[in-house]
Amino acid sequence: MTEAIAGFEGAHGPKPRRTFSRRNIFLYGTLIMVALYYMLPLYVMIVTSLKGMPEIRLGNIFAPPVEITFEPWVKAWAEACTGLNCDGLSRGFWNSVRITIPSVIVSIAIASVNGYALANWRFKGANVFFTILIFGAFIPYQVMLYPIVILLREIGLYGTLWGLVIVHSIFGMPILTLLFRNYFTSLPEELFKAARVDGAGFWGIYFQIMLPMSLPIFVVAMILQVTGIWNDFLFGVVYTKPDIYPMTVQLNNIVNSVQGVKEYNVNMAATILTGLVPLVIYFVSGRLFVRGIAAGAVKG
Amino acid sequence: MAKIAAIPMILTALCVFVGGTLWTVVYSFTSSKLLPKAKWVGLDQYERLWNTNRWIVSIENLMIYGICSLVFSLVIGFVLAALLDQKIRFENTFRTIILYPFALSFIVTGLVWQWILNPDFGVQNIVRSLGWASFEFDPLYNQDIVIYGILIAGLWQGTGLIMVLMLAGLRGIDQEIWKAARVDGIPTWKTYIFIVIPMMRPVFITTLVLIASGIVRVFDLVVAQTSGGPGIASEVPAKYVYDTMFLRQNLAQGFAASTMMLLAVAIVIIPWAYLEFGSRKRD
Repeated sequence: MTEAIAGFEGAHGPKPRRTFSRRNIFLYGTLIMVALYYMLPLYVMIVTSLKGMPEIRLGNIFAPPVEITFEPWVKAWAEACTGLNCDGLSRGFWNSVRITIPSVIVSIAIASVNGYALANWRFKGANVFFTILIFGAFIPYQVMLYPIVILLREIGLYGTLWGLVIVHSIFGMPILTLLFRNYFTSLPEELFKAARVDGAGFWGIYFQIMLPMSLPIFVVAMILQVTGIWNDFLFGVVYTKPDIYPMTVQLNNIVNSVQGVKEYNVNMAATILTGLVPLVIYFVSGRLFVRGIAAGAVKG
Repeated sequence: MAKIAAIPMILTALCVFVGGTLWTVVYSFTSSKLLPKAKWVGLDQYERLWNTNRWIVSIENLMIYGICSLVFSLVIGFVLAALLDQKIRFENTFRTIILYPFALSFIVTGLVWQWILNPDFGVQNIVRSLGWASFEFDPLYNQDIVIYGILIAGLWQGTGLIMVLMLAGLRGIDQEIWKAARVDGIPTWKTYIFIVIPMMRPVFITTLVLIASGIVRVFDLVVAQTSGGPGIASEVPAKYVYDTMFLRQNLAQGFAASTMMLLAVAIVIIPWAYLEFGSRKRD
């Protein structure tokens, strides 16, 4: 994607002669239409969440709010009910925070060591395990759901937060290990050899040489994991109990509950709140986010 | 030391990926209900599975959703990438906008589109209020087209990723090709179809595998958008497995269904892996 800076020489299409040539109108027109379409749901979410219920019942979902109210947001955050609990989505938010932080740290720690071992130490059988891991990434989660329930029950972690951390570490492992392995392989081997000659061991090289050199890839891995784990629904609903349900699960329970009157504005406020964390990460990280998904996808 | 450090990886590979998969396949031949029991019943679960209407509907939905989302995301993704590749201004802005839904979870995606497609307030209501009183567009409440309602949401969420991958592929094409095509007077669209796309074969195959393995996983989107309804009209296999195992306590039936899912994935993955890695060894 770096070639974008290269300028106008060798442009792909015929060269644009005038700013308002037919080609440009078509090109930008199409792109603007597409962009509007993609923005639409976000716009609808925001607009709906700022309206009062009477206005929603009368009006049109695309119209901007006549009277802006933040009450739906307050209600979604602090009062919305799931079952008997009426302390809002804040509970799910903090649960997700408590799940995401240890899961990201543990999964990245394990995967980076894996990648390092695979890239530089190549122990016997390493490639076999790595191949299994990569193929494992394609196995539908449903196949492994129940065996993991049994494993977690055996070690007494089923239904707990740490059980879910283990699950996220397991399913994050293929893609992250691949990411780190490829990165460490790309580092000059002389570095590793020199450190070996100096008598540095496995952990010495990892902490003193590899870690400081690979900050960018750690950031990419973090972006990948934070969004992935925050957005997870399946593992949250299978491996935790209602009082530690992550935000996505709680959101779904709030919005799709059959009891009570539907409060669409509160629902949309809750939906934005849940999407806010990955959205902020996406807009702040920009190119690194793209790099993360591209590295994961293309090499997979 | 390296081996000790890699213990988590070895355990995951052996105990979870290999062990767990084998365990599920083996226990799909039992009559386990609430708890796994090694009471063998042969292929009974599979027979029951293929006689269950809910499963048949799930498979049909997955086929429709799968084929449509494969075709549309490849076509839309490629066209958008080609448009962005015209050395346009604000390329980053356009790319950022088209890719942002990918950062959102399927739950959020499903809920937003549930709202937009709501017949009383959303698109249908608006078109009607513009004067077309008989206009009907209520995919989420119509059994026949509900799966297309889910497809709309799925495409909105996923095409950005395909576009980015395609764009990376287009940028990898040698600029000389374009110059040569222009010198020979070949129209741009012909260059794309007959020269560029064949050159991007590896990118297409990777995206294909990526989309395919994503399709089989469709679960949260359906749960959020329709909960499988109206009736059972938008059920999908992943949801069938979850519901059977955890809500209906019919474990072995769930195992049989998930084994079928595994089989479906294997049919896609194994030829791909053979082409990809088999040819690499010959080089």
